Amino acid sequence: MRYWFPYPLLSLSLLALWLLINQSLSPGHIVLGTMLGIAFAWVMVNLQPDKTRLKTFGRIVILTGHVAVDVVRSNIAVMSVILRTKTRPVNSGFVAIDISLRDENALALLACILTATPGTAWLEFDRQTGVLLIHVLDLQNGQNWIDLIKRRYEAPLKEIFE
Amino acid sequence: MNHLTDLPVWAAIPVCILLLLGSAITLAGSMGLIRLKTFYGRLHAPTLGASAGTILICLASMITFAVLQNRWIIHEVLIIVFVILTTPVTLMLLGQSALYRDRIEGSNDVPRKATGEDADTSAADI
Repeated sequence: MRYWFPYPLLSLSLLALWLLINQSLSPGHIVLGTMLGIAFAWVMVNLQPDKTRLKTFGRIVILTGHVAVDVVRSNIAVMSVILRTKTRPVNSGFVAIDISLRDENALALLACILTATPGTAWLEFDRQTGVLLIHVLDLQNGQNWIDLIKRRYEAPLKEIFE
Repeated sequence: MNHLTDLPVWAAIPVCILLLLGSAITLAGSMGLIRLKTFYGRLHAPTLGASAGTILICLASMITFAVLQNRWIIHEVLIIVFVILTTPVTLMLLGQSALYRDRIEGSNDVPRKATGEDADTSAADI
């Protein structure tokens, strides 16, 4: 089974992608999409990505909800910072965070989350020391940001991936 | 664009609100590029358009064509997914090159590399 379907989740998402792009649920497209999904999963085997297993699906739902709320909140926050630059000086700065995540996929997801929420930008991750350097646009208290990212993102990601 | 007049009022109102909100947020992000003074500050501005702007405008598009063609249209979700997946790549590239350059120039505004001396070698094998 593992031999024929090395990455079942990837194959399924490729099938979904194919059906979405073609906007149809006809049997022909389902067959073609399934074949493409399986074929590209074999290609992935040659790329040898880190194998990770998703542990808890409930956690994924909660994390997605948190991220959605944060995207809305930080969009409003960054917009108000930009619109008020004339009256209030921008107080931005760097924050270094000790991250204990080592799984590549979890780190990639963390990068997507930090980038999708405006106001935080991922700058550098040191694999040896595990220090993540981010830049924060509206920096009031650096420790608050460290706690927020560790509690809200790192802990659930660790639970999901490791 | 004549067929847009076929859009019923109950659908046109949310579509307008979503479109205007999305473009206003994207505009604010572009204004940020001028108003923020440092390079790192400017990194944040376009993400407004990449996150909320894209999502709202894609939602407006989904509603418009779903109502006009009378069926579910959800492939705009792919645009949102791909934009969110790919923006970190350019952002990290820009951020890292700025960081690298500032460190080479010995600027005091950027934090030093934690490991100290080997900044050059480790930056080379990223």
